Amino acid sequence: MKIKLTFWRVVFLVIMALGIYSTIIRYSRGLGTATNMSDQFPWGFWIGFDCLCGVMLAAGGFCIVGAVYLFNVRGLHSVVRPAVLTAFLGYLLFIVGLLFDLGRPWFIWHQLIYMNPRSVMFEVGMCVMTYTTVLFFEFLPNVFERFNLHTPIKWIHKIYPVLIVLGILLSTLHQSSLGSLYLIMPSKLHPFWYSPALPFFFFASAVAVGLAMTIFESTQSSKALGRQLELSVLVRLGGALLVALWVNALLRFEDYFHRGLLRQIVRPSYEAYFLWLELALSFVIPITLLSFKKIRLSPNGLYLASVISLFGFITNRLNVSVIGFETYVGHHYVPKWTEFSVTLMIVAMGFALFRLAVQYLPIFPKEELVSEQLDAELLSKVKTVTSPAVPALENAGN
Amino acid sequence: MGKALLYDSTMCIGCKQCEQACADQNKLPYSEAIAAESVQSAHKYTVVLTKGDKFMRRLCMHCEHPACASACPVGALHKTKEGPVEYDVWKCIGCRYCMVACAFNQPKYEWGSLNPRVRKCIMCPDRVVAGKQTACAEICPTGATKFGDRDDLIKDAQERIRQNPSTYLPRIYGLNEVGGTCVLILAGVKVEEFGYPASEKIGDTPMPEYTGRVMEKVPDFIPVWSLVLGGIYWISHRRDEVAAAEAEERAREGKNGSTR
Repeated sequence: MKIKLTFWRVVFLVIMALGIYSTIIRYSRGLGTATNMSDQFPWGFWIGFDCLCGVMLAAGGFCIVGAVYLFNVRGLHSVVRPAVLTAFLGYLLFIVGLLFDLGRPWFIWHQLIYMNPRSVMFEVGMCVMTYTTVLFFEFLPNVFERFNLHTPIKWIHKIYPVLIVLGILLSTLHQSSLGSLYLIMPSKLHPFWYSPALPFFFFASAVAVGLAMTIFESTQSSKALGRQLELSVLVRLGGALLVALWVNALLRFEDYFHRGLLRQIVRPSYEAYFLWLELALSFVIPITLLSFKKIRLSPNGLYLASVISLFGFITNRLNVSVIGFETYVGHHYVPKWTEFSVTLMIVAMGFALFRLAVQYLPIFPKEELVSEQLDAELLSKVKTVTSPAVPALENAGN
Repeated sequence: MGKALLYDSTMCIGCKQCEQACADQNKLPYSEAIAAESVQSAHKYTVVLTKGDKFMRRLCMHCEHPACASACPVGALHKTKEGPVEYDVWKCIGCRYCMVACAFNQPKYEWGSLNPRVRKCIMCPDRVVAGKQTACAEICPTGATKFGDRDDLIKDAQERIRQNPSTYLPRIYGLNEVGGTCVLILAGVKVEEFGYPASEKIGDTPMPEYTGRVMEKVPDFIPVWSLVLGGIYWISHRRDEVAAAEAEERAREGKNGSTR
């Protein structure tokens, strides 16, 4: 078999080579050599991006599963599998990132025997372990189907309601607990980002990111696989994203209003610049874009708005974890190239694994097979009852 | 009865014998070069800072309600009833949440190590349990660092302020800060000048309460939220079942009608 060397494959190989080199430095020289973290900055880019953003970007799994299976929203079935796959990969890679960041990763199992239920980090750890397991089971039918193993699929169908409820419960806890982590540092984190409402913000933004991420990955994979884009699905997700962004923006505004910070946030300062960047990318630009019907009905417009908002929320997580501490610490923290290169490697692994999975597993079934989902019989019965209202939009968009 | 340290900076002569004794007690290296270091680190648990003719010690405050201990996911850090906040290296997984959680930035890390540990003053727990003073208090030639019961030390400090009001600022740093600490500081200048966090910034609320308010809701949240989610699932799927059953019935009726 001959493998063609395309541009992206070369980029991938370069990223992997640098990443492996950085990995060797990390495990042979220690955190001090591999990172710019210090006693003043004990948490750096790996916590800020790999952990906070990694988990946030995996939120599509519980959002879509929740919409489709919990609220029984019609017409989103085709994005369930890619969303679950993204979440599963996201959590696996988050754990990989954690193995780099933890000082003594070989003792990670201590979490299971030396429990401190008062610790937010304990909650985070338990949620990671249990939710990754749940995602594994939600992902498993893809593999069984690939090898035509029907009996185990039936078993998983039986426990599916439990998996769904557990998955959403754990995601609620996990997404919000990443915000709760920072509640213990009221004197350290800048007031622009320290708020008693942090857990709510982290959860609410995860929902928005879950929707944006699903639009992003559906568009990406349809491009990569030369598949026809299901505009009706994207349009519905886009509408939901617009609502989620508004809710998030209002929550943030309420918070600043109640804490009397409205004047401070408009006054130029180091933190204000980063806050403006965050608010512009996560709210102002995508909300403005999505407010135009023309954009809301075009695949490119939806893609653009989603990607911009994703960058906005990534900025938010980095502001909370890095920028918000710089004034307190009194100096800047800039990640070392090895930190970036490890993160890039993990992200590249994510893209590659996603690509492999969609190629070899029935993640995107043929259009007719979409209904061959977990509640296939039920859906076929209901199909006659509910008339999808979206094809009209599809025509309008084209 | 909780033990504590009272550090009276007006009595300190900056001899740094406490640094030396601390290093010996904890088997840390100590040299002239290390003595000259004016920051705490993994190999320097306590430091005597100099500013003009004023001195100030820094060390772990041994909070009554330590943020580090509440933050640690594996309980590697814990408050003993004698007062010290101890560290169990075996349990530690190296997440460094204790370091970010500490309002006084006391836990330090062995960044160069391949099996790094969190390092901080642990208030000589072996000595304290054996009824002895901490190494730093024992060696102090002027009594600037004094070891004793926390309540007694507070009375002592209040007495000193009352007798020499011109020498001291009228406050005991650590009396109420973050809910009280087991290191109490008396000074003629503001301790903030030496890098201590301002009292009004850290407040009197124990830091674990900020996360505790959320964490205490989790045990209730789990069953309630599960029920809500399960309920939503049931309702939304029940609707389908009913709709499907009705559709089937209609279909059957239709068939019956046509045959008739």
